[in-house]
Amino acid sequence: MAKKLIVIGAGMASGRMLEHLIDANPDAYDITLFNAEPRGNYNRLMLSPVLSGEKTYEDIVTHDAAWYEERGVTCRFGEKVVAIDTAAKLVTGEKGTLPYDKLVIATGSNPFIIPLPGHDLEGVIPYRDLEDTEAMMALGADKRAVVIGGGLLGLEAAAGMAARGTEVDVVHIMGHLMERQLDEAAGYLLRRSLTEKGIRVHCKANSKQILSDGNGHVRALQLDDGTELPCDLLVMAVGIRPSTALGKEAGLEVNRGIVVDDHMVTSNPDVLALGECVEHAGAIFGLVAPLYDQAKVLAKTLLGEEARFVQKEVATKLKVTGCDLFSAGDFAEGEGREDIVFRDPARGVYKRLILEGNRLIGAVMYGDTADGAWFHGLIKDATDVEEMRETLIFGPAYQGGGRCGPYGGRCSLTA
Amino acid sequence: MDGSGLPEIRSTCAYCGVGCGVLLRPDGAGGLDVRGDPAHPANKGRLCSKGSQLGETLGLEGRLLKPRVNGLDSEWDAALDLVALRFRETIAEHGPDSVAFYVSGQMLTEDYYVANKLMKGFIGSANIDTNSRLCMASTVAGHKRAFGTDTVPGTYDDLEEADLVVLVGSNLAWCHPVLYQRVVAAKKARPQMKVVVVDPRRTATCDNADLHLPLKPGTDVALFNGLLTEIAAQGAVDEGFMAHVEGFVATLESASDDDPARTGLDAATLQQFYDLFVRTEKVVTVFSQGVNQSSSGTDKVNSILNCHLATGRIGKPGMGPLSVTGQPNAMGGREVGGLANMLACHLDIENISHRSAVREFWSAPVIADKPGLKAVDLFQAVGEARIKALWVIHTNPAVTMPDADRVRDAIKDCPFVVVSDITAATDTARLAHVLLPATSWGEKEGTVTNSDRTISRQRGALPAPGEARPDWEILSEVGKRMGWPSEFDYASPAEIFREHAALSGVAGGFGKDFDISGHADLTDGDYAALAPFRWPYAGTRRGGRFFGDGAFYTESGRARMVPVKWKDFAQKTAPRFPFRFNTGRIRDQWHTMTRTARSPRLSAHLAEPFLEIHPEDAAELAISPASLVRVTSTHGTALLRALVTDKVQKGEVFAPMHWTGETAPAARVDALVPPVTDPISGQPESKGAVVALAPFAARWYGFAVSCTEMAPESDYWAVARAESGWRLEMAGSEAPADWETEARRLFRLPRAEVQVVSDPRRGSVRIAFHAEGRLLAALFVSPEPVGVMRSHVATLPGAEAPHVLTGRAPADQPDPGPVVCACFNVGVNTILDGIETQGLMSVDAIGAALQAGSNCGSCRPELAALLARAKTPTPEAAE
Repeated sequence: MAKKLIVIGAGMASGRMLEHLIDANPDAYDITLFNAEPRGNYNRLMLSPVLSGEKTYEDIVTHDAAWYEERGVTCRFGEKVVAIDTAAKLVTGEKGTLPYDKLVIATGSNPFIIPLPGHDLEGVIPYRDLEDTEAMMALGADKRAVVIGGGLLGLEAAAGMAARGTEVDVVHIMGHLMERQLDEAAGYLLRRSLTEKGIRVHCKANSKQILSDGNGHVRALQLDDGTELPCDLLVMAVGIRPSTALGKEAGLEVNRGIVVDDHMVTSNPDVLALGECVEHAGAIFGLVAPLYDQAKVLAKTLLGEEARFVQKEVATKLKVTGCDLFSAGDFAEGEGREDIVFRDPARGVYKRLILEGNRLIGAVMYGDTADGAWFHGLIKDATDVEEMRETLIFGPAYQGGGRCGPYGGRCSLTA
Repeated sequence: MDGSGLPEIRSTCAYCGVGCGVLLRPDGAGGLDVRGDPAHPANKGRLCSKGSQLGETLGLEGRLLKPRVNGLDSEWDAALDLVALRFRETIAEHGPDSVAFYVSGQMLTEDYYVANKLMKGFIGSANIDTNSRLCMASTVAGHKRAFGTDTVPGTYDDLEEADLVVLVGSNLAWCHPVLYQRVVAAKKARPQMKVVVVDPRRTATCDNADLHLPLKPGTDVALFNGLLTEIAAQGAVDEGFMAHVEGFVATLESASDDDPARTGLDAATLQQFYDLFVRTEKVVTVFSQGVNQSSSGTDKVNSILNCHLATGRIGKPGMGPLSVTGQPNAMGGREVGGLANMLACHLDIENISHRSAVREFWSAPVIADKPGLKAVDLFQAVGEARIKALWVIHTNPAVTMPDADRVRDAIKDCPFVVVSDITAATDTARLAHVLLPATSWGEKEGTVTNSDRTISRQRGALPAPGEARPDWEILSEVGKRMGWPSEFDYASPAEIFREHAALSGVAGGFGKDFDISGHADLTDGDYAALAPFRWPYAGTRRGGRFFGDGAFYTESGRARMVPVKWKDFAQKTAPRFPFRFNTGRIRDQWHTMTRTARSPRLSAHLAEPFLEIHPEDAAELAISPASLVRVTSTHGTALLRALVTDKVQKGEVFAPMHWTGETAPAARVDALVPPVTDPISGQPESKGAVVALAPFAARWYGFAVSCTEMAPESDYWAVARAESGWRLEMAGSEAPADWETEARRLFRLPRAEVQVVSDPRRGSVRIAFHAEGRLLAALFVSPEPVGVMRSHVATLPGAEAPHVLTGRAPADQPDPGPVVCACFNVGVNTILDGIETQGLMSVDAIGAALQAGSNCGSCRPELAALLARAKTPTPEAAE
């Protein structure tokens, strides 16, 4: 008889993991899937196109209840898990307790809400799920919104609302937008593009408090210089926190996230975890690529196959039409680091490559990101780029054929 | 207006001494369509790369259109008055020898005639010399020593009739390409015909040779003395012809004393050449600057003539020495007497009856009675302020003279300098007090004489632009204003030609060979329609060959064999200056490039100055291919691009002589050449300097393209025309603080949209400027010779080129590579690709498939080299 597998959380990571597992061996486990939200999973990455109206919810659903049922997965959607007993290997949901042989925790993360005065007013939301998205979509024209957070998510939220006619202010505490992915120059170009879309961007701006309209609803955000930014909706997009409560209560080792080893196994050998709730080698995860890698590893671990999760450089793309940016690797300045920069302000194109020794370690691009995947590959593979350095920044179309020969290539002589 | 309905106008090419006929048709847009004249005896329709592109060199850009006095535009009258006044005053105060004319083998005979008449018959000095002094004065002297006259015995047709053609110090394939093509065609038709090349370098001419003798530079006399000895030893002396020759015994004795081993050639190779020469009756020996430009140039000429005299192989079909001149009308200059040691029409300055006859003919107030200053001495005299008024016509001595920097300074300090030219943008014109705008090739009317005595009409097909005037008219106007109104009252070149022809009749009366008095009565209409003819043309004498009949022009009537011995260069190599510095021409440029540099196609082949250096020498000195070399001599210094090649021998280097202060100011190679001359001919030793070489410590190298003219200031720069603008190579020992600022200054684009790629740690940066989506200019800088596919990037200015900074053609648009075939603009990569992918196995197959080499043929040696390279793949071939 098949072993019992319980999965807590129907997000992108667990969905992908189950896909791998069932594809490899549909009969290995008897699977039960808990999900606090009353639905299967959708591609959270694609919420922004839904917000901006480029896609609908139906477009972004990846694994709905029917998909799971077809594969014999018992879905307990809309039911929260309330306790885990690792000694007895039991999971208790709101509607009852089940035994497991293996347990997978994929509870994801919670958006971080800055505890500003007024953060609990009506109309103050994070940007995390379909409900948040729908709230923003519902706002419409003639209304005003403030987004706190000039990172990836905040900007997608701002651009999505702006596309629907909402007047949007973005408040960002740092000197330039997306400072974790962009350098100052690219951040400047991004800011310029957003400004052209009508979005007002406030950098180096500290939020002081959220003001009420007197009826418990948000009226404005006040900055510490006294500026008031009126709004009907305030979106906080200032980061996420791994959702670790269940794990902690179950007695698993938890730091910032639920600690897993290279096999995605927690401190309890029968409990595994993946996704935004885990911490691996000190790192937590917010982008999709490593989550999919984890899904692959975890599925193999469940099948008793050897697989290890290895953290790789992660590339970022911002899904805002007209703001084509790409960022990968490490681009902080430092000893022994050299950079190659391409600037084309008239066309709004900026590229910066960061090298250490003969290896590419980081890439930031704005305005023309067609070669992003290629650069990302060079970073991940630690390719020796010395021979291509002269034309490296121009991408793969200008490689090959080797270096220019001396005559005709390095002087004006024919020989 | 499209000129296609108009009849073509017959003229001759502007360039070398082959004197090819061209057919000109105005294109209605101020230009000319140019093709070879099938009816002209010199070329029979062929043209070389330079001649084919004559049309690209026209246009008014850079033309001098109005007289200038002290840098300001002037009226003709004022300028001419000033010239006449200053010459008159100078003569009055310091005597006639305090003034000088320095003229050019590019002047037409009629222009030359008036200049010579004015100086020798009216000013009364012989201080008129010409840039032909740098070209073939040694041949003039050698001819006169041997024949008693400066006469080329044979004709070009001898090249086809010969069984052996010996090319001495002549890169005929690049410098006289049409004659070379005639030799190639003859050899193809008669494969038994042999070709021998005597040259220290393995030039393009060697491609067609059966034997190449890479002798040590300057050992030609030893080689031909060895030949003479062998001729005697093998019993090949023409005893019958010896009746017409004197000096045989002494000459042979002197020759046998010489040691052909000095040539550095092994005995077997020498013997192979000697046997070939001795056993082949029909031999033509073609010689050029490798012989002439030497402190023993006259001896070299005579060492060659000696062998032809000894064997009687002269002036007969397929036999004889054939000097080929570098300029279109060097020969015309020799005929009118435009050299300081000649009088006029082959008459002698030292001969009192010749002087009286000429003076009487000209009704001249005075007549020069002693030779004037030859070029090197003339500019020395300018430097010592003995010459106080100088008139330079259509030549660029500040670049081309030996010790050119000193010559430039001398001209600069001369109290009064007049320059007649078509442009103000030459190193010499920039030093003039008075600049006179002259008409150019394509506009002017007159005659020229080529290397086989054929006199052809040059005809105008375009109107004179601006206020430009013909040289004969400018010279006549000054003559009139100096006080001889009727003597210089010419209405047309036809009138001058008639006078010249009549004077040659006077010479004929003295028994001289140059006599064209049969044309002294040509009507203007006859002159207009004059067909090419070979001199003499008088009485019953018509062209033909000289000396086959044993009649010479010495006092005794017999030819003189001249005892000569090998002499070393004036400068000896020494530890401080270990390299022998050879100079010369390249295929697609002409002299100081005032005309050819305007053609993008001609500029594409070798678009910057260079130094050919042997790979072993380069390795020893850590000079890498395409890096820059500092060349230093006893007299000057230059920066040149290293072209590492085993075409030159170890210890020898070669540099082209074309670049100037206008095109590459650090590459004025004649600044390195010492002002030493042949004691007889006065011709400088332009190929015999000794130099030291060192890598140039460039902090940066740059390449730039631009729609408009640039303002380079770096230690090294070389500018050339590109299809749509200009291209520029640069290098410097110090980098500017900010490259974008520097680029905006260089391109004069203070506000244009910029695109930048920088790799600051490596010191490389690429900057482009665009306007309205089109590329204005781009600069590429790197700490090493900058890697940019020149042939691609040079086409981009003016085009939409968002990816210009890549410096490469995208993968789907192959780079044609540097141009090999200038006529059809075919690049080296296209040719190599054709060889590889289309299986092209011969030069003709390449021509059929890709057109390359199928027009002028100048690039056929290079195509053959590419075929050879493709058959034996090397690492370079892959690049």
